[in-house]
Amino acid sequence: MYKLEVQDLHKRYGSHEVLKGVSLAAKAGDVISIIGSSGSGKSTFLRCINMLEQPHAGKILLNAEELKLVASKDGALKAADPKQLQRMRSRLAMVFQHFNLWSHMSALENVMEAPVHVLGMSKKDALEKAEYYLNKVGVAHRKDAYPAHMSGGEQQRVAIARALAMEPEVMLFDEPTSALDPELVGEVLKVMQDLAQEGRTMVVVTHEMGFAREVSNQLVFLHKGVVEERGDPREVLVNPQSERLQQFLSGSLK
Amino acid sequence: MIFDFSVIWDNLPLYFGGVLITLKILLISLAAGLALAIPLGLMRVSKSPLVNFPAWLYTYVIRGTPMLVQLFLIYYGLAQFESVRESALWPYFSSATFCACLAFAINTSAYSAEILAGSLKSTPHGEIEAAKAVGMSRAKLYRRILLPSALRRALPQYSNEVIMMLHTTSLASIVTLIDITGAARTVSSRFYLPFEAFITAGAFYLCLTFILVRLFKQAERRWLAYLAPRKA
Repeated sequence: MYKLEVQDLHKRYGSHEVLKGVSLAAKAGDVISIIGSSGSGKSTFLRCINMLEQPHAGKILLNAEELKLVASKDGALKAADPKQLQRMRSRLAMVFQHFNLWSHMSALENVMEAPVHVLGMSKKDALEKAEYYLNKVGVAHRKDAYPAHMSGGEQQRVAIARALAMEPEVMLFDEPTSALDPELVGEVLKVMQDLAQEGRTMVVVTHEMGFAREVSNQLVFLHKGVVEERGDPREVLVNPQSERLQQFLSGSLK
Repeated sequence: MIFDFSVIWDNLPLYFGGVLITLKILLISLAAGLALAIPLGLMRVSKSPLVNFPAWLYTYVIRGTPMLVQLFLIYYGLAQFESVRESALWPYFSSATFCACLAFAINTSAYSAEILAGSLKSTPHGEIEAAKAVGMSRAKLYRRILLPSALRRALPQYSNEVIMMLHTTSLASIVTLIDITGAARTVSSRFYLPFEAFITAGAFYLCLTFILVRLFKQAERRWLAYLAPRKA
């Protein structure tokens, strides 16, 4: 059974079609990397999975439960039942490119917020959990700091702890290292690699070819809103079949 | 020119009574105004015209007319209507204190609502997305993320509004109340010493402003620490 299934997703901005039928299926423990050049639709695809963007067609299933969608006035789909969407979102944690920590809360408060106020966990349990995950991603010593007072790498690790504290079924990463300088990229990738090894189910939009090759077990190459190539990253990256992927990879150094 | 201290000294109790009246009017109108400003501010950021327009019209009309005109309308204007004079609310509307508080509360609610709306609108979009992505409902998003964040960021501007309101309360003296300015007017006309009378009033306002500024500095240090530069 698939943890997360996305079927034939379409999305357009005005008349510009950015996703032309993209599908994806993740079993428990799968780490799927989505690569592609800017404008290929990979971030949009990821953001459609938890409805931060509204797709125009397609199906989204989490643990075989289908998200009920209805057409809104402008033609895009929206959740038919907000309660169901909220429940599914709370099972799908997202890590953003720009961290998006709540700036008026300390690191600890950021991690505790959703477990207490969305999942209804007691403050005491949430505190324990938050401290555990902050420690796990290596920022426990910064728990009382505000986001603006932390480095980018620290902020992103707090954001990962915030996602983990929800004990999600699937974690979505939207270019989690793209806003970090090279020195800080490593510390975030290391945390993500550990998560992958624990058997967490992850969908990662990334430009880090090393991560895609070494950590993920499925690679999806998006180009102009369609999946050009997919498969085992070690095969696909070493021996790309499509001309597009060959071009894309020749542009990156390794 | 000789500054006549003795008259001021003798009339200090009158001024201190005025300080109490000023503070009473200020606190009541600020509390009521803020309570009104929060729903109004939320309405002002709504995308639905049906919700937004009434709040827009309210703040536009209130901010577009002078405070004194509003006060006169409520205190003198309403009394013109028999239906008001005969209604159960007449004891309230015939009271200068009530009318002053009402007029000031309405006035500050409009300004504060716009401050809050501006602050709500400038909430970083990513923080809203993060709240949605963890499964918060709209109500929770407002209660837990948007309002706490916006109210904090509104503090510096709001402190300005509070100081403006302190000075605005001097208008209450025109509708017979003996606030600080009222006390000064009394002293001025009784002893024909307008300079002494009003400079004393000014000094009292200065002191109150100083205290307010300090209080807001404290509040900012506490609630806006996250925007301050990092301490070593």
